[in-house]
Amino acid sequence: MGKDMKILVVDDFTTMRKVVRNLLKQGGYENVVEAEDGVAALKVIKSQKIDFIISDWNMPNMTGIELLKAVRADAEISATPFLMVTAEALQDNVIAAVKAGVSNYIVKPFTAEVLSEKITKITEKMG
Amino acid sequence: MDVKFINAFLEGTVNVLKTMAFVEPKPGKPYIKKDCVASGDISGIIGLTGSVKGSLALSFSEACILRIVSNMLGEEITTMNHDINDAVGEITNMVSGVARKILESGGLNITAAIPTVVAGKNHSILHVMGGPSIIIPFSIDAGPFVVDICLTEQ
Repeated sequence: MGKDMKILVVDDFTTMRKVVRNLLKQGGYENVVEAEDGVAALKVIKSQKIDFIISDWNMPNMTGIELLKAVRADAEISATPFLMVTAEALQDNVIAAVKAGVSNYIVKPFTAEVLSEKITKITEKMG
Repeated sequence: MDVKFINAFLEGTVNVLKTMAFVEPKPGKPYIKKDCVASGDISGIIGLTGSVKGSLALSFSEACILRIVSNMLGEEITTMNHDINDAVGEITNMVSGVARKILESGGLNITAAIPTVVAGKNHSILHVMGGPSIIIPFSIDAGPFVVDICLTEQ
């Protein structure tokens, strides 16, 4: 997967979606779509091919961990790389995310470089 | 208030704004504030519980927050809008997250509530605990902002 892969950014705050989109752009990733929560994200994932998901943890309607579980439970999309964004690296949350099959997680605040590194590591691991 | 709290929130503020908004906030000398009038035009407030009880507020002048959010979004924002409100809430949340992580390494377990945002000239910052708060003044090239902390160790 290269820089042209389609990345879905999921966050209930419009501003944070724009911030992540801006950081992705700085890393050369410009093929970005957005969703405001897990429910909207699932609709996007089912309606178009998504190569990579970046999701916030805390969201109304369907949280990041619930979205992750839903993605992993659906055979058609279960292999999609999933990067979880959290405000704090609470050990219990990290363990829950790893158990649910998260590809990696990133703690806010983060730079464009750190975000690109995480994406590269995940996609390289996937081959 | 123990200096460890002031240092944690100071470090959290500098870290978040440096990383997300590419600005280098310069801290001033902390002082005690006895009223609840905000010094900025828009404030984010977040409740803290656990090893401490109280709240943290970040209060930005209009020019300052317009510069910060413009940098965060990579586009020039010239008027106070919904994006600014969102960003103030998110910045407050992130500062609290970084500070709590620093304090956690000193054995303090602190949980944060969901931030609220208040805007307008001379708006009030109502801390959970009431009473005086500690102000850490900061400035960036575009204008000033303050970190307003009111908490007690449990």
